[in-house]
Amino acid sequence: MLDLSVSLAPGLRCKNPILTASGTFGYGLEFAPYGELVNLGGMVVKGLSLKPRKGNPTPRIVECACGMLNAVGLQNDGVEAFLKHKLPQLPWRETAVIANLYATAPEEFAVLADILSAEEGVAALEVNISCPNVREGGILFGQDPVMAAKVTQAVKQAARNTPVIVKLSPNVTDIAAVAKSVEAAGADALTCINTLSGMAVDIVTRRPLLANVLGGLSGPAVKPVALRCVWEVCRAVDIPVIGVGGIASVEDVLEFILIGACAVQAGTMNFSRPDFAFRLVEELPSACKRLGIDDLAAFRASLQLEVTS
Amino acid sequence: MLPSQFAELTVLDLVPFGRESTLRTFALRLSPPPWKRYTPGQFVMLRPAGWGLELPWARPFSISRAGEHDLVCFIQVIGRGTERLLGLRAGDAVRVWGPLGNGFAVEADSLTLLLAGGIGIAPFLGYAQNHPKPWNLSMLFGHRAPLDCYPVDSMNERIEVEPICENGPEDLEHFIAVMQARMEEHAVKNGLALACGPLPFLRTVQRLAAKTGLRTQLSLEARMACGVGACLGCVVTTTSEWPVSDAKNWPVQACSQGPVFWAGHVVLD
Repeated sequence: MLDLSVSLAPGLRCKNPILTASGTFGYGLEFAPYGELVNLGGMVVKGLSLKPRKGNPTPRIVECACGMLNAVGLQNDGVEAFLKHKLPQLPWRETAVIANLYATAPEEFAVLADILSAEEGVAALEVNISCPNVREGGILFGQDPVMAAKVTQAVKQAARNTPVIVKLSPNVTDIAAVAKSVEAAGADALTCINTLSGMAVDIVTRRPLLANVLGGLSGPAVKPVALRCVWEVCRAVDIPVIGVGGIASVEDVLEFILIGACAVQAGTMNFSRPDFAFRLVEELPSACKRLGIDDLAAFRASLQLEVTS
Repeated sequence: MLPSQFAELTVLDLVPFGRESTLRTFALRLSPPPWKRYTPGQFVMLRPAGWGLELPWARPFSISRAGEHDLVCFIQVIGRGTERLLGLRAGDAVRVWGPLGNGFAVEADSLTLLLAGGIGIAPFLGYAQNHPKPWNLSMLFGHRAPLDCYPVDSMNERIEVEPICENGPEDLEHFIAVMQARMEEHAVKNGLALACGPLPFLRTVQRLAAKTGLRTQLSLEARMACGVGACLGCVVTTTSEWPVSDAKNWPVQACSQGPVFWAGHVVLD
């Protein structure tokens, strides 16, 4: 049988390369009626902050061609509520539960990392330095290789043995430079990409369609950008890269793996049908078989650049 | 609450209402869902299997009827998604998940006033159908388009419906006055009011509920991507009366914490 398991960091082995993206899968429990959470390679839960955050005013989301914009602004109940109420209900012994964390300063990131890494049920930390919808922190860290490295180092030093994944922003001139900087600061793996900064307006009301005016674009519309980013980052670093951005089919999963991603995250399409990620897991073996892929590790990063005649 | 399920259903038929109106409403009838029971006020997410990637979201609709024979939703064309739903034909596959959210309170012996605005009549079909003592129900129905745009006839068979057409500011004033009078009557008898309709209408109901002291529930409508509580797009802010202590004055999901809320529990801005 095809071995689908992937190692994303020391101590972080996932049974398959299909994870769910932060912010698109709640705390996992919301999707339990539609599939077996334990079948997923892992789940990255909704971004957590030290204190509860109300997020942005509504409207926060808008559908656009082949995607959506969101400006949720990291609404969450805070890390303590997650550990007390959500984590105990999740099947963390059977599948990787990855905590996505957000803070406004490196010191605060360190406090969060310290709290989360003390939990047996947290398989890894995914550091959000790329949220476009908050005023402080977020993307400001992700756009500056030095700040990105400082945050990464702060989290890494506080995270005990828990692997640290850093989620990168596509809203930069040179994503490879940020990736290298973060790798040098100790990141165990990278997630590429967070949403692209975008906007939508209404010509009848002459108002923006998001209360926050700007939002993050996700969904199939961003897949080519995500592929390009993953491609550039894979060529720049030696640590595993998790590809995310517009995955709408099992073929899309394989595209990301072909260009070098070790694993992927299903995101916006979880909203199109709540069993979306579960179906990707189910469909992956037969898709591999159909394409003659008998070793996923060998298929990874096997993109042929030379023109053969 | 019964667990939600995902299913691929088939379009049985699609019946447009209202022959001579610019308002386009229709009844979408699908093959029976795998779940047989729901609470009126609950909703489903619908997305035709034939939709490609252009419109990635499903659309939320109140359940008007669900059972062994079919699943029925009443739909008003308001945007790209509902416009495309109008193109569905018998035999087309539609992905459906539900029943979602909570439903309206059912108090068999309470005099219950149903307040419907326009297509907000949709959940009350099932409510009137399933109520153990329908003679305790009455409905005030505010509408702009001709009555034949709405499934009023099937309501009339079960309960007393008072339609009020609003075409101008004076009609609106009249409608609000009648609503207040009915709500006062129900308040005196410790009754219940249930409202569904557009936001300005719900704001008026909320204001009158505070004024008359009538126990009132509102079914909210919101832009929604997932319907299951994950996207946090449909949030509404709670008041200090919200029963969960750490979620007072806090945004909660209209999909999973609602769509039905007690009037005093939410801020409608």
